[in-house]
Amino acid sequence: MITVDSVTRSYGDFTAVDDVSFTARPGRVTGFLGPNGAGKSTTMRIIVGLTSAGSGTATVAGRRYVDLPNPGLEVGVLLDASAQHAGRTGREILTIAQRYMGLPRRRVEEMLELVSLTPDEASRRVRDYSLGMRQRLGIATALIGEPDVLILDEPANGLDPAGIRWMRGLLREYADRGGTVLLSSHLLHEIEVVADDLVVIGNGRIVAQGAKSDLLRAAGSIVRSTDRGLMARALGLEGVTCSPAGPDGLLAQADASLVGQIAFAAGVRLLELRPADGAGLEEMFLELTAETQRDHHPEGALA
Amino acid sequence: MNRDIPMSRIVTTELRKMFDTRSGFWLLASIGLLGLLATAAVIAFSSDAGLTYNTFATAVGYPMTVILPIIAILSVTSEWSQRSGLTTFTLVPHRGRVIGAKAIASVGVAVVAVPLALVIGAVGNLVGTRIAGVEPVWDLTLTNMGTILLGNVLGLMVGFMLGVLVRGSAGALVGYFVYSFLLPTLAVILAGSQAWFRDLQPWVDFKYAAGTLVDGTVTSEQWAHLGVTSVIWLIVPLAVGLAVVARAEVK
Ligand SMILES: Nc1ncnc2c1ncn2[C@@H]1O[C@H](COP(=O)(O)OP(=O)(O)OP(=O)(O)O)[C@@H](O)[C@H]1O
Ligand SMILES: [Mg+2]
Repeated sequence: MITVDSVTRSYGDFTAVDDVSFTARPGRVTGFLGPNGAGKSTTMRIIVGLTSAGSGTATVAGRRYVDLPNPGLEVGVLLDASAQHAGRTGREILTIAQRYMGLPRRRVEEMLELVSLTPDEASRRVRDYSLGMRQRLGIATALIGEPDVLILDEPANGLDPAGIRWMRGLLREYADRGGTVLLSSHLLHEIEVVADDLVVIGNGRIVAQGAKSDLLRAAGSIVRSTDRGLMARALGLEGVTCSPAGPDGLLAQADASLVGQIAFAAGVRLLELRPADGAGLEEMFLELTAETQRDHHPEGALA
Repeated sequence: MNRDIPMSRIVTTELRKMFDTRSGFWLLASIGLLGLLATAAVIAFSSDAGLTYNTFATAVGYPMTVILPIIAILSVTSEWSQRSGLTTFTLVPHRGRVIGAKAIASVGVAVVAVPLALVIGAVGNLVGTRIAGVEPVWDLTLTNMGTILLGNVLGLMVGFMLGVLVRGSAGALVGYFVYSFLLPTLAVILAGSQAWFRDLQPWVDFKYAAGTLVDGTVTSEQWAHLGVTSVIWLIVPLAVGLAVVARAEVK
């Protein structure tokens, strides 16, 4: 269990993390979602005590991180896979973690096997690692102490498709066995597939949080038709708000059966009608962070 | 329930980290290699009268007095320059314990390396005098050896302090050369031209005060000089550095 309570952190007069509160629960994967510079990494660094909070508190398993006697056995942390001494071999980096934690030597080889780094790769220096190999090594370091809590900052970064699927499976299994997983990403689809709960942050503030299913339900339906203008007008007459999505689609703030009924009554020929959960999170994400995201699409560019 | 990570484990892990990279390994190896080279040079170039244990010990010890502080500097700064501190300080969130362990490990290296240099010097003295066909001269007392060790530990701690204070490898190394070469040279020039500084120098010039440790006998006044200059140039900046490190953001 990770509890973040009213955490604020400023740099000069810029507030990077602004009154952030959320809980990551055991048995669930909590996705921490936000655009670049939103404050995800800063929040995670505050949780593990690498950055101090201006105000507010963060606890892991009910205690401040610094009060954990041997944190590696309770919390697995991966903040930046490239933050390693480039001159050490992968095996040596795992060995150092194993030593700090006081684990048996064999854990090193077990972990290398778990993350599919071959003995030959493990003997290479990290300077010569690919991004994906660094990420695997970082995940191995986080898991070596068999912790109950995982804090991972963009762990899928640089992994190949097979690696991403492997990691999803690993995190799912981890949570199903009762572990707590806090996972950050700006890749919506990555989070959407694996997370149970979502915490969405923009400009240092939490803009939405809750169970993924609840957040998605609120996200409406996607409807594609041969005449988008007519469809939009028909929805509008029934008091359903909608916005353009894709070349010929609309995101309607209503469930699929109501949208279908309206289309039928208006005589619009449909190409597709489905709950918005696929694209829905993306729409929600873009919408929720509309004022905060950095790439502003000109109004009507989609129409 | 988990127990605290024992200090001994942090110390041995920090010791391992000093030498598990190629640069760390070669720094250590170069102490031995340069020591052997220095011994050979003394045998080859010294006059017979100059072939004393002191000559050998000084020649072997010189590369060490330069390299030991560099080892100490890098052991601290690599956590920031190489960013490995992100892992180190999450696995051991008490930064004071990590820095303390690094200090103990660094001093440990000096405590092993200095006697080793003295042994290499002794072997060099035996071999050198045998080759030259003269009687070996043993002109270092046990007290001398003690003060030589202390001098090396102090030099190493200066490097360590600069590492903690600066936290960047390049900056700390530059600082170290300013400390050990530039400032002493300036002090010599100043002492040569300004009478008022000549009396003050032993009380403010760390290198000058520490120099007596190598020369041999140290008077009680010289101990006082050493104490005062260490407080100014070592203890105070180290305290400032530690206070900053305890708070600084690790990224
Ligand atoms: N030491 C610092 N000094 C000044 N600003 C900082 C500092 N550290 C972070 N920031 C700012 O805080 C904001 C949040 O940064 P953070 O790294 O937490 O973002 P993020 O959500 O992890 O983004 P990304 O998805 O790109 O990783 C950014 O605007 C960043 O520039
Ligand atoms: Mg980040």
